[in-house]
Amino acid sequence: MSIMQDSREATMVGRRSDGSAVRRPLSPHLQVYDMLQMTSALSISHRITGAIWSLGLVLLVWWLLAAAAGPEAYAGVQWFMGSFIGIIVLFGMTGVAWYHTLNGIRHLAWDAGYGFTIPETYRSGWAVLIGTAVLTVLTWIVAIIAWA
Amino acid sequence: MANEYAQHTTLRSPLGRVRGLGSAKGGTHHWWMQRVTSVALLPLTLWFVFSVAALAGTPHAEVVAWIARPWNAVLLLLSIGIAFYHTASGVQVIIEDYTNQEWVKMAAILAVKAICWILALASALAVLRIAV
Repeated sequence: MSIMQDSREATMVGRRSDGSAVRRPLSPHLQVYDMLQMTSALSISHRITGAIWSLGLVLLVWWLLAAAAGPEAYAGVQWFMGSFIGIIVLFGMTGVAWYHTLNGIRHLAWDAGYGFTIPETYRSGWAVLIGTAVLTVLTWIVAIIAWA
Repeated sequence: MANEYAQHTTLRSPLGRVRGLGSAKGGTHHWWMQRVTSVALLPLTLWFVFSVAALAGTPHAEVVAWIARPWNAVLLLLSIGIAFYHTASGVQVIIEDYTNQEWVKMAAILAVKAICWILALASALAVLRIAV
């Protein structure tokens, strides 16, 4: 079989019992996951929050560039961050950042070989969710105290 | 049937297939650097998020003074460099997983790397202009 040009081919590559390659559809894989299951839901959430955080970095760039540009540019950033939409976006970003951070620690533990049993996986999953809520609220308590 | 069999089987040995398709001696570098940068980002994220939360509503002059403090400027530069490295490698994996055509994959990865370099350098320049 030549080098795959289209990755969808990966779902068509099987092996005969003698080990030779054959092109035929494999059994469904992603379709069998129940997305209401905590394990798979948290797994894809890690990727989604990573992607959202990547976009959120633009806010960091804007904040720094405006601070360097001067008071007028900075006033524009402050207006947006203090607006209704700005606060919603920042609050969402806070939750996304803490989720990705805490679930990242969970992934590092798995990489090191810990926490693979089903009960441990569910316990660490709940710890990530509760930790995300606690850290998000804590961050905003700090922000509101600073603002007031 | 015989034709179809001939079309989809290979005479290459498993070792030959691995040599043809395997990494170009990159090995686990990408995976490992993702973990290294993630560990570095743990303390940096904690510091950054709570520091910036404490700066909410602060006037421009005070924010600039905060960025200009040597310790803050160094940590900001570190955060910018490592965060964009981690972002570029993470988004690369997402692209590799979901794009179907080789040229789309390559173009998207190169575009993401270009954007990350530009944004990282622009942010670093902003910090340096304030701090130096």
